Amino acid sequence: MKPEHTILLVEDNPADVRLIKETFKDFKISNNLSVAKDGVEAMAFIKKEGVFSGAPRPDVILMDLNLPKKSGFEVLAELRQIPVLKRIPVVILSTSDSEQDILKSYDLHANCFVTKPVGLDEFIKIVMSIEDFWLSIVKLPS
Amino acid sequence: MLNSSPEKLEVLLVEDNPGDVRLIVETLKEGRREYNITVVKDGEEALSYLKKQGQFASAKRPDIILLDLKLPKKSGLEVLKEAKSSEDLKAIPIIVLTSSSAEDDMANAYKNHANCYITKPIDLDKFVVTIQSIEDFWFTIIKKAK
Repeated sequence: MKPEHTILLVEDNPADVRLIKETFKDFKISNNLSVAKDGVEAMAFIKKEGVFSGAPRPDVILMDLNLPKKSGFEVLAELRQIPVLKRIPVVILSTSDSEQDILKSYDLHANCFVTKPVGLDEFIKIVMSIEDFWLSIVKLPS
Repeated sequence: MLNSSPEKLEVLLVEDNPGDVRLIVETLKEGRREYNITVVKDGEEALSYLKKQGQFASAKRPDIILLDLKLPKKSGLEVLKEAKSSEDLKAIPIIVLTSSSAEDDMANAYKNHANCYITKPIDLDKFVVTIQSIEDFWFTIIKKAK
């Protein structure tokens, strides 16, 4: 069966990737989670360039800010300039708690900003909330 | 996190349907934190409130906006466009909460930088669950910009 939602996770921390992947696997609604490990890979995936030519269009993007090669801010700014792709919701999931990063994200039209909690249980809870909200309550543009 | 701060969250609800207003306000009142909810009934009022014009001169800046699309005088889409193109207002998250499930409405809302788009369920219990989910996600987990 075709998964109902495609999620692109842009994250370079392998522990975070693993945790998020596992949480999504257990979610009640079928989904396909792809991972990009830096900002350049993320843009290539979204634009279906090179090895990503067969990549599905993500319904929602979950993105860290502090990324190798190209930061989350740069990805966000680029994405928001591209017609059609600019409407893909972007959830920022970052360790940052700084007012400046939060403001900059919203100014660049991030859909929401979530700070990664330090505790493991809290982290899982937050990922579950993101799933619940973005995959079952919100209408995603197709 | 948001819920560690004792301050009340300022919510601007832009909704003309009194039944919906009542349900949303009551659900939030029973929620897990305290809110100052301001209700405006059309798009013009919403923009006056946000720009602190006229009777809204002393209006507080909302932390979050719940916006219906079908509104008298000025549509929700127009409110969204104006707010998201204003340097001062664009960082305020706007949740579109509408009875419309039309692809066009949704695409337009996201294109104009709605933070998310939610279709109001017709079933009352589901409506309450939806409001509670918004509360859970946006009012307790999300970082708002000051």
